[in-house]
Amino acid sequence: MALNREIAYIDLSTAEIKTAPIPIGMRELYLGGRGLDMYLLYNHLEPGVDPLGPDNVLTVSAGLLVGTPASASARTHIGAKSPLTGFVGSSNMGGFFAPELRFAGFDHLVIKGKADGPVYLWIHDGEIEIRDASDIWGENIFDTQELIKDELGDPEVKVLCIGMAGENLVRFANVMTGMKNAAGRTGMGAVMGSKNLKAIAVRGTMDLEIRFPEESLEYNRQLIEHIGSTKFAQIMQKWGTMFIYGVTNTTGLVRVRNFQLNQQIGGNIECEHIEKYSLGTEGCYGCILHCRHKYQIKDGPYAGTYAEGPEYTSQGAFGMEVGCNNFETILVGNHLVNMYGVDTLEIGSMIAWAMELYEKGILTDEDTGGLKLEWGNDQAVLEMIRCIAERKGLGDILAEGPLRAAEKIGQDSIKYLIHVKGMSNLHSDERSTPSLALGIATGSRGSDHLRSRPAIDLYHLPEELLRKIYGGPRPYDGPLSSDYTSYEGKPRMVQWQEMMYQAIDCTGICKYHTIFLSPNLIRFEELSKLIYLNTGLEFTPEEIWDIADRAYTIERLFNIREGLTREDDWLVDRYFDEPTPIGLPIARGKCIDREKFKQMINEYYELHGWDEDGVPRPETIKKLGLDGEPSHKL
Amino acid sequence: MEKILVVAHEKCTGCRLCEMVCSVKHTGVNNPTRSRIHIIKWPMEGFELPMLCQQCEEAPCIAVCPKDALFRDLTLGRVTLNYDLCIGCKMCVIACPFGGMGIDTVVQQVIKCNLCDGDPICVRFCDPGALQFVPANTVNLMKKRDAGLKFSELMRKSLISDV
Repeated sequence: MALNREIAYIDLSTAEIKTAPIPIGMRELYLGGRGLDMYLLYNHLEPGVDPLGPDNVLTVSAGLLVGTPASASARTHIGAKSPLTGFVGSSNMGGFFAPELRFAGFDHLVIKGKADGPVYLWIHDGEIEIRDASDIWGENIFDTQELIKDELGDPEVKVLCIGMAGENLVRFANVMTGMKNAAGRTGMGAVMGSKNLKAIAVRGTMDLEIRFPEESLEYNRQLIEHIGSTKFAQIMQKWGTMFIYGVTNTTGLVRVRNFQLNQQIGGNIECEHIEKYSLGTEGCYGCILHCRHKYQIKDGPYAGTYAEGPEYTSQGAFGMEVGCNNFETILVGNHLVNMYGVDTLEIGSMIAWAMELYEKGILTDEDTGGLKLEWGNDQAVLEMIRCIAERKGLGDILAEGPLRAAEKIGQDSIKYLIHVKGMSNLHSDERSTPSLALGIATGSRGSDHLRSRPAIDLYHLPEELLRKIYGGPRPYDGPLSSDYTSYEGKPRMVQWQEMMYQAIDCTGICKYHTIFLSPNLIRFEELSKLIYLNTGLEFTPEEIWDIADRAYTIERLFNIREGLTREDDWLVDRYFDEPTPIGLPIARGKCIDREKFKQMINEYYELHGWDEDGVPRPETIKKLGLDGEPSHKL
Repeated sequence: MEKILVVAHEKCTGCRLCEMVCSVKHTGVNNPTRSRIHIIKWPMEGFELPMLCQQCEEAPCIAVCPKDALFRDLTLGRVTLNYDLCIGCKMCVIACPFGGMGIDTVVQQVIKCNLCDGDPICVRFCDPGALQFVPANTVNLMKKRDAGLKFSELMRKSLISDV
C-alpha cells in the first residue's frame, strides 16, 4: 500500500543506517510529507543547536499521496532548522524525485551528523548506501546530476543535490532536482553542505499500491477535466507564474528598487516575452499544468545555453527589485541561480538591498570592489549572483542573509532590509493588502507567500463565495470582506490558507492545484476523497483541518522553543511609515496601520487558540494531542 | 476502422502521467517498470519522447515467437499476446527494436501495449494531446493540417501583401 513506505535514519558521522515502518497512528496524526517532517524535527532536534553544525537534523520526504493518481502529487519536502532564520526550515519542490523515493521504498529520510568528506546517498529498492562524492564536489547542479547517473549507470536515476552555493554554506542555498525544481527557501542547501552531503540519488522499481485503483483513476480524470477547464489552468499552461506580473505591476502591488516604488514604470518584462525564447513547456510528475518554460538564451556569454523557468519570483529578483527592465537579464539570472543552487528570491532581495545601500552611500566602491551597484545595472546584478554563490568580496557578506549581513555592514543598513524573521519578502508590496501583509508577518518559516497567502483576496470575490470557502470546514461566522484593502475578516483567510497549504504539503500535491491562485480548485472536501481513494484512510474535511492545525502548531512550538516571540510576527517599519507612492488609486498612498495590524494579529492568535504572546494555550495543545510532545514515537 | 496510437512528441511535457495510469489500470498499482509506455527523457536538454509498442505490420516479435503466442489482431490493428501459449522465452523482448516488449518481474510475464482493447487510457489522460488514437488512414491528414496551419499563416500574409 501507499502506506507501507518506511522511514530511514541515517547518521553521516557514524555511517549507521536504520529503517523503520511508519505506524498508521502517525499517519492519522500527521499524514506525511511536511506534517510528519515537522514532528520528526520537533522530536529529533535539540533546542539551540547550530543550524550549520552536525547536530542539525535534515529531513527529506515524499508526501502521503505522491506517486498516486491524485492530482499532481510530486512534491518533495525538505526540513531542518534554518540557517537563515534560526526557526523552522521547510521547503518543497516538484519534479520526479519524490515519486522515485517512494518507488524505492521510502517516504522519510532523517539525516543526522556530518560525513568526514563529501558523500552522496544512493537509495534503491529498500537499500541505502553512503558513497564517496569527492569527484563531484564543486560541480554545478546540472553536471552533478548527470555525473551521478553516469556513475550509477542508469539514466532513470533521480537526483536531488546542492550546487556551489550549498557547498559554500550560503545561508539561502537551495536543494534542487532537474533543471529548475528547487526547494528554494530557508537555506536547506546550506544544511546539506554543512553535512558534506552533496546529493541523494534514488531509483525504485517497487509497487506503490493504490487502495481503489479504478475509482482513483476515474476521480483523477474528473479533476483533470475540472482543473483544465479553469481560466487559471489555461493561463498557467501557457505562461507559467510569469502571468502574475501583468496584473500586479499594473495595479501597483510589486516591490521595485528594494522598496522605493510599488510599480515598475514602463515595465517591459511581461510573460509574453518568453515566446521569443521558449522551446515549449515542461510538467512535474503527473501534472497537467506544465507551468515551466524550456528556453534557450540567445545572446551574450551564455548564448545557446538551455534552461528552464523563469518564475514570477525571478522577474522580481532580476527585474523590478533591482531596477532592471530587460527580459534577457531575467533569463540569464534564472539560469545562474539554478546552476549555483541558490534561492532566486533571497538573492534578488539581497542584491536590491545592497543597491539601495550603495545609492545611500552606506556601501561604496571600496566595499563592492569597484562594481557599480546602480539600479538597472544588469551586468552588476549578474556579477553579484556569482560573488554571492562563490562568496567573493561583498558577496561573502551578502551570503550570510539579511540580518547577519546588516550586522556586518553596520551603520543604519538594517532599516533598508525588507524581511520577516530574517528571511526576505517576495517582491510583492503588501501595503495595500492587509491580508497578504498578515500572511508574511506570521508565516512559520519567515516572510513567505507559500505559507498562508490568500491570493484570491485580490479578486474581489463576492462575500457569498468567500463564505462558502472560508466558512468551513471548522465553522467560522465572523466577518469576511471582498475588499482587499480592508482589515476585516482577513485573519480567518490567512488561517484557512495556512491549514489548506499545510494539508496539501502533507500530501505532496502542488499548491497550484489547490485554492491559491484560483478559487475553483481542490479544498478539504476533495482532499478527503483523494486520501480515501488512494490510501483507504478515512478523514472528514474537519479531521484534515485538525491534522493541519496539529502540524502547524508543532511548527509554532518549534519556533517558540528556538526563541520566537510576538515581536517576530511583525513587519519592518517601512510598511507602516512610507505610503505607496504610485499605482492605481486602490494601491496608491497606502501603508499598513500599526494599531489595526496589531488587532489583526490578536484576532489571528485567537483563531488559533494562542495567547496574546502568540503561545499556544494549554487547552489548544491538549485539544490537538500535543501535550505529550516530544513523544519520540519515531 | 483500424486506429493507431500516434505520438506528437513536440506536445509532450514529460509529466509521465501516461506511465502512471497505464500501470494503475493494468496492474492496480503504480510501478513505472510495469507500465507499457515510457517517456524517454534527456532532462538537461528538455527533450522527451513517449515510447511504446508500434503494433508493427511485419512484427519481429511475431516472427521470433516459437509458440505463435503473438499474432496480429486485425480488428483492432494491434499485435496481441496470448498468455495461454506464451512460454516466457523472452525472444520477443530481444527482437523488438523499440523496446515495445517489456518484462513484468512481479507476475513474471512479458508485457506489451494492447491499446486497452480500443480505448487507450494513456490517450484519455494525455491533456496536452501528445498521444492520440486516430483512424490509421487519416493520420497523415491530421499532420498535414498541423503543418498546414503554420504554412497557411505565411500564405495568408502573402495574400494580404499582394492586395
